Amino acid sequence: MTTDSTLIKVINLEKHFAGGKVKALDGISTEMRKGEVVVVIGPSGSGKSTFLRCLNLLEVPTGGSILFENEDLTDRNVDINRHRQKMGMVFQHFNLFPHMTILRNMTIAPIKLQGKSPEEAEKYAMTLLERVGLGHRAGAYPSQLSGGQKQRVAIVRALCMKPEVMLFDEPTSALDPEMVGEVLDVMKSLARESMTMVVVTHEMGFAREVSDRVLFMDEGIIYEEGTPEQIFNNSQRIRTKEFLSKVL
Amino acid sequence: MDNFKLRFYNNFIADERWRYIVNGLSVTIRVTFFAALIGIAIGFVVAIIRSTYDKTGHLKVPNFLCEIYLTLIRGTPVVVQLLIIYFIVFGTVKIDKAFVAIVAFGLNSGAYVAEIVRSGIMSIDDGQFEAGRSLGFNYVQTMVYIITPQAFKNILPALANEFIVLLKETSVAGYIALQDLTKGGDIIRGRTFDAFMPLLTVAIIYLVMVMGMTAGVTRLERRLRNSDH
Repeated sequence: MTTDSTLIKVINLEKHFAGGKVKALDGISTEMRKGEVVVVIGPSGSGKSTFLRCLNLLEVPTGGSILFENEDLTDRNVDINRHRQKMGMVFQHFNLFPHMTILRNMTIAPIKLQGKSPEEAEKYAMTLLERVGLGHRAGAYPSQLSGGQKQRVAIVRALCMKPEVMLFDEPTSALDPEMVGEVLDVMKSLARESMTMVVVTHEMGFAREVSDRVLFMDEGIIYEEGTPEQIFNNSQRIRTKEFLSKVL
Repeated sequence: MDNFKLRFYNNFIADERWRYIVNGLSVTIRVTFFAALIGIAIGFVVAIIRSTYDKTGHLKVPNFLCEIYLTLIRGTPVVVQLLIIYFIVFGTVKIDKAFVAIVAFGLNSGAYVAEIVRSGIMSIDDGQFEAGRSLGFNYVQTMVYIITPQAFKNILPALANEFIVLLKETSVAGYIALQDLTKGGDIIRGRTFDAFMPLLTVAIIYLVMVMGMTAGVTRLERRLRNSDH
């Protein structure tokens, strides 16, 4: 049953490569409620990034369904571009557009896709930029920014579309250690504003402190899930314990 | 010295023969310019079809047609293509020769531009593509707003070189009796029985144009290198 507060419902999601020989996702079912922060952890190769990228169909699932606002995204007749506008995504390698200024990076999608006027889009973009402390870099190009600054811009670029959910794919993994904090701070403040977030990360501190629910993935399935308290302090299953003992 | 003056007079002044050079030059520039425009248009369309197929496996049939086009154009001499278009494709209609040359050289150039542009598109990181799609842009919008502007910047030097080659290649337009720069010089040679002056003049004009374009490309490359973004 889908309740009113369910934003994304994943049903038996599968992603097979090489004609079924490699099962990156092997039957995943879960749901994300509005305002919930879900953190996905697990060893490398466990399928956690593939899972995240399937949610907005950057990877096309080979089986199962994804209900977003009660529409099945895996249905061929669904206009995925319309739904992606409501699913912001932040990448490990930022993927800012290098030929555009920071401001243009943020306004091009609202202007071209949502019919916003340039003034309106820029005003909103500037508000968001100020909030992450980068208002003074609006006219700069991505190559002139540090990694942490780039990732903060990437987050607010996605926010400019006023998404219903934000997907984070290892947002701090490509950063120098001293820049991780500034990005996590932005994500924490988003969580406080009750943005729905799905975060694939190796930052266990963030998972513990901010998340409502932790999914531990291994070998293409959700091996264990629970509150941060349950997973980090009271894990019931052997591979979760093994993994946590290595990373904590 | 008097001999030189006399030859100059014979080749260029008498009967206003300089007009062959000036009119020919204008034809050469016109044909090159419009052929380049056609080449860019065809090249971008073919490149986008081909790289879409490479990336996604879609557009199988258009990609196949593009491959036939590329194979035919790059596998045969441009002179033969020019003759075929003039005598066979437009064989039964009376038509402006400059137009025929523009079509022929444009079709030819498009094949080379296509492969340059395709290499440019394929050189852009997949992450750029995913970022565009994740914001909600469809495939074409992502190509237009995000991928091709970056690709264009990367390939500008190679593209400019292609048009330098094109300028020189149009010198075979005389095969369909179009009076371009080369043909103009050759006509003077035929009238005066003096090969030296008209042909060297023609060569120098090409050389100056090519050097000018090369200097432009060099400056462009330096500008692109300096602006790191």
